[in-house]
Parts: sequence; C-alpha cells; structure tokens
Amino acid sequence: MKSAVVQLPGLNRDRDMIAALTKISGNAPITIWQTETEIPDVDLIVIPGGFSYGDYLRCGAIAARMPVMQAIKAKADAGVKVLGVCNGFQILVEAGLLPGALMRNASLKFVCKEIKLEVVNVDTAFSRAYEQGQIIRCPVAHHDGNYFADEETLKTIEDNGQVVFRYAAGTNPNGSVNDIAGIINAKGNVLGMMPHPENLIEAAHGGADGRGLFASALDVIAA
Amino acid sequence: MINARVTVTLKNGVLDPQGKAIEGALGALGFDGIGHVRQGKVFDLQIETADKAKAEAEVKAMCEKLLANTVIENYTISLA
Repeated sequence: MKSAVVQLPGLNRDRDMIAALTKISGNAPITIWQTETEIPDVDLIVIPGGFSYGDYLRCGAIAARMPVMQAIKAKADAGVKVLGVCNGFQILVEAGLLPGALMRNASLKFVCKEIKLEVVNVDTAFSRAYEQGQIIRCPVAHHDGNYFADEETLKTIEDNGQVVFRYAAGTNPNGSVNDIAGIINAKGNVLGMMPHPENLIEAAHGGADGRGLFASALDVIAA
Repeated sequence: MINARVTVTLKNGVLDPQGKAIEGALGALGFDGIGHVRQGKVFDLQIETADKAKAEAEVKAMCEKLLANTVIENYTISLA
C-alpha cells in the first residue's frame, strides 16, 4: 500500500502522520505540496492536522481552494482513499468532499486532551480493524471541532451509516451534533475526523488504540 | 472603481457560541433588555470596474466560492 501526506503552510501534524504511516505500513509515504496538480499513484492520501493558513477566514477554507485539492478531488472520485484528520477534516468539509461544517467549540476553548470514541460503523475501509461498538481512547487538540449539519443532511448521513466515530458518552469535547467525531462520504472512500489517531499508535504513546484505523486503511490487518 | 461590502452572518438555527458569550458580557456590563446577539463578518472589497452589474455578479461568485460557507452562513452584498 502506497500512501501520501499533503503538506500546506501551517499544517504541523504532518511529521506525526508520516511517522505513523511509516511505522504501520513499513513504507514511508510520499509528500505532496499544496501547488501540485498531479498526484502519483497511491492507495491512501492523508491530509494531516494543524492550522493551515493560520485558520484565516474559516478553518481549512483557504487550504481547500489550493490547486492540490482539485487533484485530491479527482483521486477521490477515482476511488482512492482520502483521510483528513483535524484540520484535514476541516479542509475536506470546506472543499465539499464531506458534508456539513466544523464550527468553533461550544465552550469557545481550545481542547487538548484524551477522549473516548465509539466505533459506530466498522463496515468501512478505515474502521474494519475495530469491533462494532468498540470504545477506543484517542487524543483531541482543536478549537473548531463542533460538527454541524442541517437536519436533512444529518438524517442522510445517520441513515446511511456515514457516522463512523462518535464521542463516547460524556466525552464530547466540542458540542458536535449527535456526538459526531468522524464521518465518511457516501461512496465510502473519504473519511474525516477531529481526533488524532496518529498520536496513539505505540506503547511510547501510552497506547495503540489509533493503530486500527491505519491498519484498516493501509490493509495491514493481521490475518 | 466600485466599493463592495459583503456581510456574512450565521444562518438561523446555527449555534453561535461567540454571540452567546458577547450577549453575556453585555449583560454583565449592565446593558439590559438585549435579545439574541449574533456575530458575523464584514468584507470590504474594491472592484476595478465601472459596471455595477458585473461587479455584483463577481462578488456573488466570490461569496459562493470563498467568502461564505453556505452550509452555515448567509451573505448580503451592498455596492457603492
């Protein structure tokens, strides 16, 4: 499995993401700069977290209009897996690759802590290493993770099983509607999530609960 | 040259925690009888054309493509 990590000014979780992908797949991902219009053949494209363009205008808004996003859209349309974490999730919704919007946390505070996630759909390319309903630990670090979608959109994504991760009871850190932490597109190849699974993949991190997501997406689930 | 002002506001029903916090702070300052406070954004743009219709169409496209996120925001345009 070949993977790629997108780099844009202000993204700062790219190193952690590269380390996670390298450790779990055994191969280093290629990196893609924001001005690139051609993306080499890869199986997974990851947009990592950070503060692209200083969160100016709206989080992810400016990054979502960079040339590389057109190339990513084309790859997503062709079925390539795309994962956006934190700012990456914000960029995917701003680019229209995922429905809804991510707004300022209801508390108005930046949250940096560990929360619990419930895996509510294991029938996806990103979550099949987990058990249905499994509760996993995961760090979050964001100011604008409050997921919002209008009622009709919300009903559609709930009915289609597009909600993949929910903040487990009592741990919603940002006021997200329906405790939504991560969603997938209707086609099942683009996933966005606010928590940082790349920061909980080995003993040195204090746990490896995030590993299953990469094992799923990179196709390295132990038989 | 045409000056355009774009005002972006949150749609009804979209939670605005910043507006709520401002509402609370105004109350704390002793301002009574305040209804809801909603926070928005204002953009002032200069468009190099004398053609108002063209300027308006262009600013509308800017709003749809970048200045507003129409999932959660409405916008209004005024030209001068």
